[in-house]
Amino acid sequence: MMNRMSNYMNKKQDMMFIPFITAGDPSEDATVELAFMLQSVGACALELGIPYSDPLADGPVIQRASKRALSKGMSLLGALQLVKKIRLRGVKIPVIIFTYCNLLLQLGEETFFREAKENEIDGLLVPDLPFEESRGLAERCINHGISLISLVAPTTSEQRMGKIGASAQGFLYCVSSLGVTGVRKKFHPDVFPFLERVRAACELPIAVGFGISSNEQVDELRGHADGFIVGSAIVSQIERRADRLQKSESLSPAVEEIREYLLNTLLGKHKVGKNHERTAQQAETLSTGKTG
Amino acid sequence: MIRQPQIENIKEDGGKGRYGEFGGQYVPETLMHALLELEKGFDEAIHDTSFLKEYREILHDYSGRPTPVTYCERLSQRIGGAQIYLKREDLNHTGAHKINNAVGQALLARRMGKKRMIAETGAGQHGVATATVAAYFGMPCKVFMGVVDVERQALNVFRMRLLGAEVVPVSSGNGTLKDAINEALRYWAANVEDTAYIDGSVVGPHPYPMIVRDFQRIIGDEARAQMIEKTGKLPDAACACVGGGSNAMGLFTAFLNDPVALYGAEAGGKGTDTPEHAATLTKGRPGVIHGAMTYLLQDQNGQIIEPYSISAGLDYPGIGPEHAHLAKSGRACYEAVTDQEAIDALMTLSEKEGILPALESAHGLALAMKKAKTMQTDQSILVCLSGRGDKDVNTILHVLDEAKTDQGGRK
Repeated sequence: MMNRMSNYMNKKQDMMFIPFITAGDPSEDATVELAFMLQSVGACALELGIPYSDPLADGPVIQRASKRALSKGMSLLGALQLVKKIRLRGVKIPVIIFTYCNLLLQLGEETFFREAKENEIDGLLVPDLPFEESRGLAERCINHGISLISLVAPTTSEQRMGKIGASAQGFLYCVSSLGVTGVRKKFHPDVFPFLERVRAACELPIAVGFGISSNEQVDELRGHADGFIVGSAIVSQIERRADRLQKSESLSPAVEEIREYLLNTLLGKHKVGKNHERTAQQAETLSTGKTG
Repeated sequence: MIRQPQIENIKEDGGKGRYGEFGGQYVPETLMHALLELEKGFDEAIHDTSFLKEYREILHDYSGRPTPVTYCERLSQRIGGAQIYLKREDLNHTGAHKINNAVGQALLARRMGKKRMIAETGAGQHGVATATVAAYFGMPCKVFMGVVDVERQALNVFRMRLLGAEVVPVSSGNGTLKDAINEALRYWAANVEDTAYIDGSVVGPHPYPMIVRDFQRIIGDEARAQMIEKTGKLPDAACACVGGGSNAMGLFTAFLNDPVALYGAEAGGKGTDTPEHAATLTKGRPGVIHGAMTYLLQDQNGQIIEPYSISAGLDYPGIGPEHAHLAKSGRACYEAVTDQEAIDALMTLSEKEGILPALESAHGLALAMKKAKTMQTDQSILVCLSGRGDKDVNTILHVLDEAKTDQGGRK
C-alpha cells in the first residue's frame, strides 16, 4: 500500500514546510484555494484545523479563525468532506486533520475513519490528547492507515520523550516554546538542546511549530529539524483579507497576495523552488504508483 | 479532619485520575509536565503531617474553622418533614467554602517553590479567595475573569483589586467562566515553571479534581462528626448545590460509604425545557471539557454551549468528573432547581432563620426542602450552605422589582 505520508515527509527533504489553516476560514471555497496555493509554494503536508468553541492550545489568531469558521457552520464532518474538494482541486500532499478531542468523540471514531478513508486523509493530530490518553486511538489509527501525530514540548521528560518518540507516527511535532500557538520573534536558546533530545528519541522526521513566521527562523532551525509548521502567521494573512476571500471575484487575487507574502517573508526564493520541484516530482511518482 | 486521599482508579490504558470512565488528563503536551509535577507535589504534601497541621491551623486561625452546623427549627416546622441542618460554610472568612481550597493550594504552591499564583473566576468568589490567600502568603496573583463577568460582578472585581490581585479581563470566546478557564490554562502553559494554577473547583485535568476534593472534604468530615454529636446518628441525607461541584464533593466524600442519600442541585435556570439553564447532568452528554472527560452542555457537533443561571457560581457548562461518576453509578442523585425555586428558598431561609444564603447555596437548600417534605420528621437532612448571600443582594433586588412590575402589568 502506498503511504503518502512517508513519500512526502521524510528526512531527505530540506526543511519541510507544513502549513496550518482552519477549515472554512473564511469560507469553504477559500480553504480549497488556499490549500492548492500552499501546495504550489512547496508545502509537504497540510494541517487542516477544525474550528472549536474552546481551543485551549491556541492563541488569539487561531481562536478568531475558529470563530469565523464556526459562524459559517463548519464542523469536523464538514471539514472531512471538504478534503474531497481539496483533492479534486489537485492537492496531492498529505492532509492532517487537527481537531480537539471533544469534536472527535462526538462525531465518533467509526464515522471519522470511514470519512477519512473516503476523503483521502492521511493524518490526525489531537492537541488535547497527550500520550497517556491516546494509546487506544493510536492503535486504531494504525489499523486504519492514519498517522496519529504526537507532540513533544521542551518540558517533556526524558522518560516520556522516549515513549512518545518510540510510538510516534508520520513525523514528530516539536513545540518550540511553552504557551499557545502564535507568532514569536525569536526562539528561546533552549530550543536547540531540546531538538537534540528529540532527535535522539525518535527516528521519524521532526518538525518544529509554534511561533514561526520568518525565513530567518527557518534558517536557524536548519540542521536541527527536518521541517517547520506555520499556522498563525498564515492565518493572520487570511484574517486581513477575510472579506475579499469570501467573494468569488476577489478570491484569486487575495490568495495570490498571500502566496507572495509567504514567498517573500517565510519561504525565501532559494529553497522554495527546490522543494516545489521535489514535491511535484513526488506527486508524479505517487500518481504513477497509483495507476500501477 | 483531612484523611488520606483514596487511590484513584487506574484506567486500563494507563490514564490516571479516573472516576469510572470520567476524569483523565485531556490537555496539551505543554501542560503535562506541570500536572505530573503537581501530582507528585500533592502526593508528598498530603502525606506530610506538618503540611496538614499548617493547613488546619490556618483554616482555624484565619478562616474561623470549624464552621458550625445549625439546626433550622422554624424552617423544619414549616416544611413538616425531615429536620434540616445547615453546614455553615457561609461563616468562613471571605464568606464561602472557596477559602478551604485556596488555602490548601496556596500552601502547596509555596511548598513546591512557586513564586506566583493564577486563578480563574466566574462569580468572583474563588477569585476573591485566591486573592485573599495570595495577600496572606505575600505572593503576586493574577485572576482571569471573563469580560461579561467583570461587568456583572463589579464589586468582587473591586475586592480582588483591593486585595492586591491583578484582574485580567478575558474577551476570548464568550467572555465568561469557561473562557476564563481556557485563558488561565493558556497562561499557565506559557509560565508553568514559576506559576501555580489555583483551580477553583473539582473540575479540570487530573490531579485537580482530586486536590480540590481533598482540600474541601474538611466540610463533610467536620459535619459528619458534628451531626453525630448533635443528633447521635448520621443524617439520612446530605444535599449541596453543584456548579463544578467543589462544595458538594467536599460534603459527599465523608458520606460515600455511609447509608446516607446524596443529593446535588444543578442550576435549572429558567427551566430545563428552555435553552437557558446550566443543568449539565440533566441535559448534557459525556465529552471532554477543560481537560476532563465528564458530562457537558454541547451542541450536536461537540461545540460547548454557554450555560445560564441566575447564580454566577453555578453557571458552568461542565461538572466535576467524580460527580459524573456518582451520577452514573447512582450513588448520588442530581436534580435541576430553577432560578425561581432558588429565590423562594433564599427568602424562606432569610425569613425563618435569619440567614441570607448565596444564590448558589439556595439551589441546594431548595432541593433539600423538596426532599425533606418527602421524609419523616424523625429523619434529618444536612445541607451545605456554601456561601453567604450579601454578594447577591443587587441581583435579588432586581428580580423582586421585576416580579412586582409583572404583577402590576397584569392588573
